Amino acid sequence: MGWSAVKLLTILCQNFMDVEYHSRMSIPAIRFENVSRHFGNVKAVDEANLEIRDGEFFSMLGPSGSGKTTCLRMIAGFDRPTLGNIYLYGQDVSNLPPYERDVNTVFQDYALFPHMTVEDNIAYGLMIKRISKTERHKQVDDMLDLVQLPGFGYRKPSQLSGGQRQRVALARALINHPKVLLLDEPLGALDLKLRQQMQVELKAIQKSVGITFIFVTHDQEEALAMSDRIAVFNEGRIQQVGTPSDIYERPASPFVAGFVGTSNLISGEIAKRITGSEEMFSIRPEKIHLDSTNSEPEKDMLCIDGVIRDVVYLGLFTRYLVEIEGGNDLVVVVQNLKTTSMDVLSAKGQKVRLHWHKDHISRVGG
Amino acid sequence: MPSKSDGEKAPLGLTVSAIGTLLFLHVPLFIIFLYAFTTDEATYSFPLPGMTTKWFGVALHRADLWAALTLSVRVAVVSTFVALILGTLAAAAVYRGNFFGRESISFLLVLPIALPGIVTGIALRSAIGTLDIPFSYWTIVIGHATFCVVVVYNNVLARFRRMSGSQIEASMDLGANSFQTFRYVILPNLGTALLAGGMLAFALSFDEVIVTTFTAGQQSTLPIWIFSQLTRPRDRPVTNVVATFVILITFLPIFFAQRISAQSSDSEGGNK
Amino acid sequence: MLNRASTYLYQRPKLILALLLGPPMLYMLVVYIGSLFTLLINSFFYLEEFTGLIVRQFTLRTYLQLFSPTNLGIFGRTAGMAMAVTIADAIIAFPLAYYIARYASPRLKTFLYIAVTLPLWSSYIVRVYAWKLILAKEGIISWFLHLFGLQPVLDGILSIPAIGGSSLSLSPIGMFITFCYIWLPYMIVPIQTALERVPKSLLEASSDLGANAAQTFRNVILPLAFPGVVAGSIFTFSLTLGDFIVPQSLGNSRFFIGQAVYSYQGTAGNIPLAAAMTMGPVVIMVAYLLIARKLGAFDAL
Repeated sequence: MGWSAVKLLTILCQNFMDVEYHSRMSIPAIRFENVSRHFGNVKAVDEANLEIRDGEFFSMLGPSGSGKTTCLRMIAGFDRPTLGNIYLYGQDVSNLPPYERDVNTVFQDYALFPHMTVEDNIAYGLMIKRISKTERHKQVDDMLDLVQLPGFGYRKPSQLSGGQRQRVALARALINHPKVLLLDEPLGALDLKLRQQMQVELKAIQKSVGITFIFVTHDQEEALAMSDRIAVFNEGRIQQVGTPSDIYERPASPFVAGFVGTSNLISGEIAKRITGSEEMFSIRPEKIHLDSTNSEPEKDMLCIDGVIRDVVYLGLFTRYLVEIEGGNDLVVVVQNLKTTSMDVLSAKGQKVRLHWHKDHISRVGG
Repeated sequence: MPSKSDGEKAPLGLTVSAIGTLLFLHVPLFIIFLYAFTTDEATYSFPLPGMTTKWFGVALHRADLWAALTLSVRVAVVSTFVALILGTLAAAAVYRGNFFGRESISFLLVLPIALPGIVTGIALRSAIGTLDIPFSYWTIVIGHATFCVVVVYNNVLARFRRMSGSQIEASMDLGANSFQTFRYVILPNLGTALLAGGMLAFALSFDEVIVTTFTAGQQSTLPIWIFSQLTRPRDRPVTNVVATFVILITFLPIFFAQRISAQSSDSEGGNK
Repeated sequence: MLNRASTYLYQRPKLILALLLGPPMLYMLVVYIGSLFTLLINSFFYLEEFTGLIVRQFTLRTYLQLFSPTNLGIFGRTAGMAMAVTIADAIIAFPLAYYIARYASPRLKTFLYIAVTLPLWSSYIVRVYAWKLILAKEGIISWFLHLFGLQPVLDGILSIPAIGGSSLSLSPIGMFITFCYIWLPYMIVPIQTALERVPKSLLEASSDLGANAAQTFRNVILPLAFPGVVAGSIFTFSLTLGDFIVPQSLGNSRFFIGQAVYSYQGTAGNIPLAAAMTMGPVVIMVAYLLIARKLGAFDAL
């Protein structure tokens, strides 16, 4: 009890006395104010408003062409907004060239300089700032340790594997202690196992270094796994911003519901029958329970009857396609805790009652 | 036709004529090498009456040859230099992005080489005449630069296209302004392309004779010297020596340029 | 600070473009296009015979001079030679090109490609000189023919008025051989490229339908190789049309276009006539290129 009290007190004191920490906490790392980017008639980014907090791991998620990469490039400075402003810790950087922004990027193709060694690549930013050779060497060694490539300094990019190149790219960016680190689909070229490993490592590095990471990806699983918050993009507009749980459990639009995981969208007459309102809502397949048609719905559960049209046994779980009254098909997913394939496949054609908790639906207003 | 892996053999007649054609292409140059050693002073008689190396020594002491050689080298060096600058600038402009008339740039640059030399030659001659410019070293250089630019341009543009554009962005992202990016990233990447293009331009300029005769006035470059020997042969054996020398001087840069280009396309193994 | 200059430029992409494109374009437009322009203009001036000065007034008189018997003869002679060289080169090039395309393994193909283009790497003027040596009166060819007692045949050929001359190295036939030699690689490569594009399945289909080797060659391969021949002919025709080095070195006193242009602008200082004369090949080449494009030559390049 004594020690925890002292620890708590220390932390509280630190918080109150660290004024800078406070003021930094309240200024967003990145703020988009009505940012648009037009290419002729095409609106690559359409009136984006966004706040990214200091120290968070923020993902920009969306299909290709959704505007997420354009936004990233505008933060980095490779592109200028047609309308609106971008603020970096309160400073308007909309018109600054990339080399005058305290922001660094990890590129999708890593963009390592083929004619330089790993050490020279990593030290590039320091060299430009005219930091002494000995100091550069020391910092590069520290960085190589951080990304777990000790002693690789003398090698050339062509001698590295994809995963190694990616780490060098990361080191090269981080060594400059940028206020914000941008990552443009950096894991896209890696195979699955490596990608999952890098996801964990990146997250760990971010936590230990403590700076804001902005991560662009089209892989929703990746975004969910790594992010503190996610912005979902589609066709140039930001559809929703929230924590992974917000995005998944409470999608705000049909697009988000469909893009992140699978979902069932119900609207109109049927919706009215189930929830009392015609407004479209989404319900995730794993939240739906299958029961016999004479089961009693419990309190707070919504239900509807249907017929199992198709069963797919997928080992870990079974996917059912259930046709409900009114013609819609709902996807229901059930973990195979006790059943075997023989059991579930015979369910085809059976009449069932579907129910789910009323809090598990999300109104998507479509 | 994809070439056979099924062991189809060519008809004998075809193989014989193919070999014959190859010999036809290559033997004449060897004959020059041979004749550089003849003892015969006055004619091109065959078989060679005797062999000697004395003509190499004679050639070395000829003042007019040295003058011609010096002029050729000076012209080639400056033309190459001009071509390197103009060619690289043009390639950079075309690489950067779309602008009005982009497709015509390549066409315009290749025109001096595509049109027959006599057209370029007489065109420059008429301009020199109309503007009353005196013939000089510079009239030759200006003429040569027009067709040397495209050689550098093609090499540099090809290299730009093979370079990943994100390198330039990465450099700026890491704090380097445009000039620093050019110095530390672009220039090293272009390095061997500039070398190869430069060597090709040098060889092209050194060997050129048609346009040069129109723009040189009274001056003699080495090819012009040889040409004068062709029309009024006076120093047959020395000419043989000079011819052998010229073959090497134009062959070697092109050979090395090819090697450099081939090498860099292999080692470009991966930036991804 | 350099940074400020860099940012200034960075925010003005159009300025960067102007700085990059400006010098080369200025040079090419002023020097090259400008020269072509003065050439064209000069062809409309004329040379006053008595004063030897060029009169700068628009006139078609110089163009009319092109139709004099001498000049027409020059055009005819040159075009005839160009045609002969083109046809001969097509025939000489074809076997080798066919061999490379059809029968050479990939390794051999690279080697042969280098072997074919290698002569182009050595000096043009020297390659002309080489034939001066070879065709000389006491030279290799002469010795060779003597060996087989064919000397009378050579004398016979040399006495034919239009193509003969005092010796092989000073005759149209000598020029012809030299031209064929010099432009040969330019003909081999396009034909080989065109032949490479013929899919093996076509040949198999042809023999499947009953054609023997000769028929397949005549009906399938030859027509498909034709665009390559046309592409190569662009080079051989245009290069021969404009050349004056070979006629001057190996010719007798009858002029070819190139020599005529060279001599007119030389001591005579008759630039207008030289200019007008050059227009001839230009027009012929443009027409040739248009026809060649119709025949599909540009796909083979």
